[in-house]
Amino acid sequence: MAGAPAASTDPDALSWYEATARQRVVALADPGSFQEFLPPTERRMSPHLPLFDLPRAFDDGIVVGRAALDGRTVLIAAQEGRFMGGAFGEIHGAKLVGLLRAALTLKPAAVLILFDTGGVRLQEANAGETAIAETMRAIVDVRAAGIPVIGLIGGRAGCYGGGGLIAGTCSRLAVSEGGRISVSGPEVIETNKGAEEFDSRDRALVWRTMGGKHRRLIGGADAFCADTVSAFRQAALDLIGRAPAFDLATLEAEQARLESRIERFGDCRDATDVWARLGVNDPEAVPAMDTRAFDETVSRVREADHDAR
Amino acid sequence: MTLAEILAGVFPQGHSVTVRDGLVTGGCPFAGDKTLHVVGVDGDTPLGVDGALVLSRAVLDAVRAGDKAPILVVVDSDSQRMSRRDELLGLNECLAHLAKALLLADRSGHPTIGLIYGHSAAGAFIATALATRVLAALPGANPSVMDLPSVARVTKLPLDKLQEMAKSTPVFAPGLDNMVATGAVHVVLDPAKPLDGQIRDLIADLQPGDDRDRLGEERGGRPVARGIGEAVIAHAGRL
Repeated sequence: MAGAPAASTDPDALSWYEATARQRVVALADPGSFQEFLPPTERRMSPHLPLFDLPRAFDDGIVVGRAALDGRTVLIAAQEGRFMGGAFGEIHGAKLVGLLRAALTLKPAAVLILFDTGGVRLQEANAGETAIAETMRAIVDVRAAGIPVIGLIGGRAGCYGGGGLIAGTCSRLAVSEGGRISVSGPEVIETNKGAEEFDSRDRALVWRTMGGKHRRLIGGADAFCADTVSAFRQAALDLIGRAPAFDLATLEAEQARLESRIERFGDCRDATDVWARLGVNDPEAVPAMDTRAFDETVSRVREADHDAR
Repeated sequence: MTLAEILAGVFPQGHSVTVRDGLVTGGCPFAGDKTLHVVGVDGDTPLGVDGALVLSRAVLDAVRAGDKAPILVVVDSDSQRMSRRDELLGLNECLAHLAKALLLADRSGHPTIGLIYGHSAAGAFIATALATRVLAALPGANPSVMDLPSVARVTKLPLDKLQEMAKSTPVFAPGLDNMVATGAVHVVLDPAKPLDGQIRDLIADLQPGDDRDRLGEERGGRPVARGIGEAVIAHAGRL
């Protein structure tokens, strides 16, 4: 079960979006270096899903363990978006919390979180919500100990709900075109506020508002990756080397950064209006840009790079 | 209890805490000479990018002052504000920033105490009450992740079945008792007793670390989380 075929998959060719959580971890790490904690053979399955007549997963939809990245020890968690939308249940959340707490004694070079989640698993909502709060506290503890926590976002389920808040707690984030970061999902906004507020079937609107390119341009993510495992590996290595400290100066800078964003763009209706004000020459062309053209565009946007997270 | 009643109980000598657009800020001498900072959300108000940054600024101002004074986070909110504008402007960053400000305050020696006296849900709950060291509630509080009709819509289960299951399954059902059972809410205060004394006792009894998974196990609302977390740490230590 522990992904033998994935071990031979070429990281340059393997699509992050299409890969499973276990394939991503195995291909991201140095070859043969990943060791999983509480692997599927231990069958730690949700005690709650049977009440809802729902199938369970042996790993509860998250892979956690340790690996080498360019020879240095890192701890890794990877959510499986194909199981219950990667949502936080009791065991799923507890595995992530345990991994982060383990970092305090193991002192790895970094903790990597491969997000792929719709947020809280509603069948275990209270446990999932509490685990998200525990995760954020644990991330702050790890960061304050000088260990970078890097989020990688490019999976099918995106990074929604409490997952978006956890992402905002990380030291650095890398995102691909397919990665979406948001609190309320498109369907949730539409259900509560109507299609006039947000038409969830307008996929172009979803990508413009929540997608990786918008997040990267406004400084909501620190690196933009092509949709391959090797691109995410390179981004992770780069971001580990320049993670901001967790202290008052960083949070004061983040306060100023976010206040300035709202002051400058608070009256914008669409992401293209924001991009125009950021100085992007042809905002309408952004969604179709390839990675190289987009990187060049980002390099001219002052707001995209900062240490205020 | 209303916010006015709560503040009158916490500050019997009077206070200057204000509420503007549903956002609560202020600080007053409490139990002697030390200040008690107050931030929060009142009136079932949804928390969006603008409100989150008002509250985080107040928290960071307190940290910068360096007085290590306690911070009371009072909560009667809606969920996060659900809008295209909020998501366009990075609501996830703003809510995370507020939570980080509260966690930084805690690490910097400020006791942080949450007090939920009304509703709260989802991202707003995580960014405020759940980012404090100890979370207290008043009877009648109604924290939730999602209301049952919405859960029924998403899970495609009949509402009457969910209502029946909610009676015996704290792990998913909305409500204060269930959030106490999972360990998210540490303690329910007694509205018949003076609030200032109860808040003072919470500050005096603050425990180091995060004990919510232990409470969830003891109370039965989160039976396996603590053990799983410990097992991961043990496995990590063996390699």
